Amino acid sequence: MSATGYNFAYLDPQTKRMIRRALLKAVAIPGYQVPFGSREMPLPYGWGTGGIQVTASVLGRDDVLKVIDQGSDDTVNAVNIRRFFARTADVATTDRTAEATVIQTRHRIPEAPLAEGQIMVYQVPEPEPMRRLEPREAVTRTLHALADYGFMHVKLYEDIARYGHIATTYDYPVMVNGRYLMSPSPIPKFDNPKLHRSPALQLFGAGREKRVYAVPPYTRVESLDFEDHPFSVQRWDEPCALCGADDSFLDEVVLDDAGGRMFVCSDSEYCASRQHAGHTGPAHRAQRGSLAAARAGEVGIEQGKPVPASNDTASARLGRGPASS
Amino acid sequence: MQANDRLLTPLLRVSGLTRHYGARIGCADVGFELWPGEVLAVVGESGSGKSTLLKLLSTRLAADAGRIEYALLGRGLTELSRLSEAERRWLLRTDWGFVEQNPRDGLRMNVSAGANVGERLMATGARHYGEIRAAAQDWMARVELDPARIDEAPSRFSGGMQQRLQIARNLVTKPRLVLMDEPTAGLDVSVQARLLDLLRELVTSFGLAAVIVTHDLAVARLLAHRLLVMQGGRVVETGLTDQVLDDPQHPYTQLLVSSVLHL
Ligand SMILES: Nc1ncnc2c1ncn2[C@@H]1O[C@H](COP(=O)(O)OP(=O)(O)OP(=O)(O)O)[C@@H](O)[C@H]1O
Ligand SMILES: [Mg+2]
Ligand SMILES: [Zn+2]
Repeated sequence: MSATGYNFAYLDPQTKRMIRRALLKAVAIPGYQVPFGSREMPLPYGWGTGGIQVTASVLGRDDVLKVIDQGSDDTVNAVNIRRFFARTADVATTDRTAEATVIQTRHRIPEAPLAEGQIMVYQVPEPEPMRRLEPREAVTRTLHALADYGFMHVKLYEDIARYGHIATTYDYPVMVNGRYLMSPSPIPKFDNPKLHRSPALQLFGAGREKRVYAVPPYTRVESLDFEDHPFSVQRWDEPCALCGADDSFLDEVVLDDAGGRMFVCSDSEYCASRQHAGHTGPAHRAQRGSLAAARAGEVGIEQGKPVPASNDTASARLGRGPASS
Repeated sequence: MQANDRLLTPLLRVSGLTRHYGARIGCADVGFELWPGEVLAVVGESGSGKSTLLKLLSTRLAADAGRIEYALLGRGLTELSRLSEAERRWLLRTDWGFVEQNPRDGLRMNVSAGANVGERLMATGARHYGEIRAAAQDWMARVELDPARIDEAPSRFSGGMQQRLQIARNLVTKPRLVLMDEPTAGLDVSVQARLLDLLRELVTSFGLAAVIVTHDLAVARLLAHRLLVMQGGRVVETGLTDQVLDDPQHPYTQLLVSSVLHL
């Protein structure tokens, strides 16, 4: 029981068992959308209720949770979800990707490489990658059953004919294990290559649509493309203004009314830890502005809990099956 | 082997095909054989069951009774109901074509002409943009559309052009059988004539077999080797086109033929 006297991680044991069963099925059939009985959560849809239910179902007492929203640990959404689990499950939380055992995310995959034993939980608004082209659920289900995905390439063809390149930049559809077409959730296509053969277990939860799906560790994940127009990720002309990283996803930040702006890492923890390690970007010395200062001060384990050595973590729990709560 | 196959088995064999809509007959006990390269016209007045028959053939409508057998490449005559859903879909998008009366029903109106023609190629595994595009342009030229208009939406094409685009979209995988429901209806007479010429040319140059539904006996005369005359959902007369039109046996066919002045 948590400090609040309610169920550990909010959900009752039965619900968690039900969700874990759905997750095990999802892991067994990579990329396949498994229906589950989504519960009412103390948050409106669109705030990550699907991801929260998945996290609640896999979280153990010794897990260390990181929550990111658009790459930042400090948006209202990320802070709320992290507090929610700190209160209902009394788990340690962290900003550091390397120290987290469970990472719930909306819109990004961390820049720091993931490791075996870590679990990524994605908040998914629309699990069906074909929905915009085919609104009928019965039809998309049949198309999945028959692996009949040809018309997805019609969309890509049309992009190239119209813009000279594939214009989709977020939620870029992928084939999982050569079988199921999957929405990676609205991450930038920059992050798609990180899905491929990731050592981490990746779980996806859609609350409103009542679906979970999964990419088990080391699974093949390929972005749709053409042989002569291969998939490629976003690139920037300049490195991160603060940490100098030239390998991370950059956000444009407006500095003042006069049109001043700079590009900085969207993954704030990655950026800050690079700065701590002594890396600097073009704007670092010139503009030791509020942003840089604020970001540098944010890193660290929130509650100061040590990283656990025990086994009661999400990955151990999922492997152990539905017996414990 | 190919030559032998051609001699020995029909491409399509239909028997006892029946479909009711509630108590009403859609079509009843229809049977025929279609040989490779042969064009069969289905004629009859409105409501006689022509479209119903075509929908049954394309398996878009389920039959109450009857068999449809098709000579699958390398497998010989196979009853379509024996195919898995995946096999059936594959057949429909590779070896068969379906041309709708209204091109808007057979085209994707929200994507370009090139995407429309290329779709079947992509659906069957083509993954080279440049090659798909080249094939689309080639097929546009074959149906007498300006390949330079490859990136235009079908809505910017005239009715006759849309119909030609729909034909290109179907023929791009070189099917052996094409089903067409009134492909020239709704077009101006002069446009109709050109489309008919084109169809006749394509049918001969590709050795296409086709079932063409029409209520226009002139279309039947121009395109079809054989005729199937339907009334009230049943086949009342069948035979070589010229024979049936020049010497109709069934009173209904006689009425149909006599109501047209020049054939
Ligand atoms: N969806 C349906 N529901 C009920 N009855 C139908 C339906 N479709 C067709 N019918 C009936 O089945 C019969 C055959 O119709 P069908 O559309 O096959 O005729 P048709 O020969 O194609 O006519 P037309 O030349 O007008 O296109 C008609 O009596 C028609 O009213
Ligand atoms: Mg009809
Ligand atoms: Zn940075």
